[in-house]
Amino acid sequence: MNEIRPDTFLRFDNVKKSYDQKSLVVKGFDIDVKEGEFITLLGPSGSGKTTVLMMLAGFESVTSGNIAIEGKSINKTAPNKRNIGMVFQNYALFPHMSVAENLAYPLTVRKLPKGEINDRVAKYLKLVELSNFGDRRPGQLSGGQKQRVALARAMIFEPALILMDEPLGALDKNLREQMQFEITRLHKKLGFTVIYVTHDQTEALSMSDRIAVFNDGVVQQCAPPSELYERPINAFVADFIGENNFVLGKVVSIEGCTAKVKTDTGTITTQTAAGLAVGNACKVSIRPEKLFIHPTTHAHENSLDVTFNTRIYVGDFIRYYFKLPNGTDVVVKVLNDLSAPEFDDGASAKLLSLIKNCIAFPIS
Amino acid sequence: MKRFPEYYTFWNIIGHYGLRVTAFLVLVFLMLPILIIMPLSFNSQPFFTFTEGMLSLDPEAYSMRWYQEIIDDSNWLLAIRNSFIVGTIAAFIATVLGTLAAVGLSSQWMPYKRLITAILLSPMIVPLIIIAAGMFFFYTQFNLVGTFTGLIIAHAALGVPFVIITVTATLSGFDRALFVAGLSLGASPVKVFWDVVIPLIRPGVISGGLFAFVTSFDEVVLVLFLAGPEQRTIPRQMFSGLREQINPTILAVATLLIVLSAALLFTLEALRRRSARIASGE
Repeated sequence: MNEIRPDTFLRFDNVKKSYDQKSLVVKGFDIDVKEGEFITLLGPSGSGKTTVLMMLAGFESVTSGNIAIEGKSINKTAPNKRNIGMVFQNYALFPHMSVAENLAYPLTVRKLPKGEINDRVAKYLKLVELSNFGDRRPGQLSGGQKQRVALARAMIFEPALILMDEPLGALDKNLREQMQFEITRLHKKLGFTVIYVTHDQTEALSMSDRIAVFNDGVVQQCAPPSELYERPINAFVADFIGENNFVLGKVVSIEGCTAKVKTDTGTITTQTAAGLAVGNACKVSIRPEKLFIHPTTHAHENSLDVTFNTRIYVGDFIRYYFKLPNGTDVVVKVLNDLSAPEFDDGASAKLLSLIKNCIAFPIS
Repeated sequence: MKRFPEYYTFWNIIGHYGLRVTAFLVLVFLMLPILIIMPLSFNSQPFFTFTEGMLSLDPEAYSMRWYQEIIDDSNWLLAIRNSFIVGTIAAFIATVLGTLAAVGLSSQWMPYKRLITAILLSPMIVPLIIIAAGMFFFYTQFNLVGTFTGLIIAHAALGVPFVIITVTATLSGFDRALFVAGLSLGASPVKVFWDVVIPLIRPGVISGGLFAFVTSFDEVVLVLFLAGPEQRTIPRQMFSGLREQINPTILAVATLLIVLSAALLFTLEALRRRSARIASGE
């Protein structure tokens, strides 16, 4: 059990979940969330992230462990008594009620006076910029409008915690970006705590204060977006977040937090990940945008000899595909400017990188 | 002349019209016995045939005599009253029980779903005469034979399967996330059920209730077994009327029933559509 920080608002303590009493879907989840934080649970489908959310909302029971809000366990609190707002992927608006009635519902349930309900509905409709839509039914709204109503409905009873289960999954790309902005804006303005579930990493990286990367029921890493991207703790995170190249090799020596790794194309100096030992087989991750094609004005410490395979024109940048001598593909992203070079098929080239951008992970 | 696609052969065209004629004949076959009753019920003579006067549209040959006879006959009035009382209460009980059963059966945690569904639907499948005989012996144990309570329970049991079927059908389109959303907004499960689930499955509940009412309304086998003279319903009265005093009163009753069922059907269908529209949120 960890030390309880004084500013902890929500705390998961070794929470486990099993549906069949045999295999664990969530294998010991720990997290301390500060008030007002935007936490994203990110992971492939079936990784247990939605189960964590459902346990927090109370729609799934906790097999073992403890969930506490402001120091009080909520394991035995009924879902309707938890005072947690929730936004669903398919909006879950009540189709037989108007937009205003949908918003008023949580307030009616709490038996607020009629006048206050009307005031608050008007206020929140204005907040999500749907003031003229109060009389419409959800069936008459577009996807983005529905999601804004769903957001307003989850916020209107002023819960300290709002859960979002892939809320933008059903929207198209443009609308999704717009809604990301909208959610961030409301979060900043109203200061509630958000637990957000998604499998879309762009969404996670651009919105969150911290991201917990799930795989196989276990949190692989929980860190702010930049740390997750720049300093992934293991090969899964390195591969799952963003794009990555992996070069296989063998650890020759370790000095402090750098290691020398012998690969087919020579020795690379790298950062070390936890669990790396001399003599181990390892894979070195290098992001496609952190590799430069020789000649370059960028500073560099490592070099890889490769042969050119193909280049793909994407628009704002160009993707180069090279091959290592052992046949592994290496992708390099180059900004589409004057320095983007041309190659003949099979031409040999040199790729350069910095030590801080190469991380060696042990192969388990 | 209708334009047919150019590749149509002579036989295609024959087939086209043949299908229409056949369909029309089937419709006539189904409707004629019902429609023929209506003019006959205005016969001024105590016969079941069209008199010469009727065929020549002589106003003298028509009368409201048989309708007057219904009003004057306390047996008929009792039967009409009974039918409505038994039908309404039985339909109400069947609707409540059937809806609850359907909601329970649609839960993902319900064990033995198929078996329970089969048992609950059995009154619709088992021959009525067997149910009637079984109930008769069962009811004698509890002195329910010849009572309204007994008849209402029996008719409610017959109506339950219809409600289960219609409500299950509407529930299959019900998004469970709505229930979960209701809970997350702070409403108790019972409140969410009333505020969200019921309004959305109302079309199914209404049709189920209607079916249950009609089932009770035209049921005669159970009535023959279980009802005493005090509980005679319209079908029972018609049944004995056919044997004892053959006169067109029966036709007048039948006409009234046809008009009534048509009105009932249209009203409830309109009601059902309205709530279906509300439920879909359009």
